[in-house]
Amino acid sequence: MNTKTALSSKKHIEFRDVSFHINDILKRLIVSRITLEVPEGETLVLLGRSGSGKTTLLKLINGLLMPMEGEVLVEGRSTRDWDLIRLRRGIGYVIQDAGLFPHFTVAENVGLVPRLEKWDRCRTAARVGELLNLVGLDPTEFADRRPRELSGGQRQRVGVARALAADPPILLMDEPFGALDPVTRAELQREFSALARRLGKTIVFVTHDLREALLLASRIVLLEAGRIVANAAPQEFLRLDHPEVRAFTSSLDVSPGASA
Amino acid sequence: MSPHMTTWSFFSEHRDEIFGATLDHLTLVVIAMLIAILIGVPLGMFIVQRTALRTIALGIASIFQTIPSLALFGFLIPIPFIGGIGKRTAIVALVLYALLPILRNTYVGLTGIDPAVLEAAEAMGMTRAQILFRVRFPLALAVILAGIRTATIITIGVATIAAAIGAGGLGTFIFRGVALVSDALILAGAIPAALLALLADLLLGMLERKLKVT
Repeated sequence: MNTKTALSSKKHIEFRDVSFHINDILKRLIVSRITLEVPEGETLVLLGRSGSGKTTLLKLINGLLMPMEGEVLVEGRSTRDWDLIRLRRGIGYVIQDAGLFPHFTVAENVGLVPRLEKWDRCRTAARVGELLNLVGLDPTEFADRRPRELSGGQRQRVGVARALAADPPILLMDEPFGALDPVTRAELQREFSALARRLGKTIVFVTHDLREALLLASRIVLLEAGRIVANAAPQEFLRLDHPEVRAFTSSLDVSPGASA
Repeated sequence: MSPHMTTWSFFSEHRDEIFGATLDHLTLVVIAMLIAILIGVPLGMFIVQRTALRTIALGIASIFQTIPSLALFGFLIPIPFIGGIGKRTAIVALVLYALLPILRNTYVGLTGIDPAVLEAAEAMGMTRAQILFRVRFPLALAVILAGIRTATIITIGVATIAAAIGAGGLGTFIFRGVALVSDALILAGAIPAALLALLADLLLGMLERKLKVT
């Protein structure tokens, strides 16, 4: 009995037979009958082509979307039973365009959730400084800037800092480095990979880039047309014999003259 | 004596009257605009998430805008409480005119926000009210102000016609000038009204640029 509760508390996020479709006449399925567990501290990468349902799965975790069938459990409780505001304050969220508030300074962006949580001014300021350092931005130089005064890479760093502000146990990331130039992207991927290991948070990371998935993931889940077609550790993943897996692994072959 | 000379001498002889009428005019415009803003901005915020109500509100505001101003003043006269001859009726009509640009710009400003920003706000656990007041509203402010600017300029112009129902203001000179075929009288109403409009445009334009967030 004891082992059972210990086990269930380790499942940080759980999908139980979850389906989601667009709510129109056609009822097109976006994700179909997904069952998936994310243990505490894991970095799970959801890999797939555009339209495979990765982002939908992510939004089902923080209740931006609700499952049409089945249920999503966060810390053992269905998202239907959570107070969504509380649920979301405990989940960091980073998206491709960063979604920074253009009328706030960098410090105000990063300090938003602490302010919503009514931290006092001193504690918020200290936390903001700590986080900007953590993501490699000097607070004295960047705290008072507006998002439009930042490069794409810097904006994304602020996005990560903002998501971590109230120290949420879960971090959701939707192609956070997808819009960056390749050099900056590689830089942020490396830094984030080290950061993720240090923070020990449960991370669900969406990407269509296998290279990124291999770098960051402790486990890779491959989606195809709204279904899970592979679920494996990175090294094991490369050896899987599924046509969609091969489609992704062959995208890694970029040696000159390898194909037309 | 040239006609310009007569205009000029008319201006200098009736300086106090013209100044008084300009002040009356400005009072009419400011009261009407304050009421229109107090109705238009909250109503615009209210209809953002309510599709059916939005169509109705914008539709009604558009209809008022299509009624010729002189006719609208005329229609209001027989209506009890808000109607009659005088300033009150004029203010009601001016508010109805100013409402559409304010309402529409409030709505457009609040809805025309980068979806990524709104998604981030929702995902960070902001409540609906927090998103409206701390994200949507500050980001929409410049657009809302542009609507207020348009409405102010319209109101300054339309308010000249309010003299037809005894509301006073610069229109008094214009109507008298038309009746007496006096350019000097017409200009005594038209020039201050045009200057008021230009000044309002300039000042509100400066404020708008200051509030713009890109």
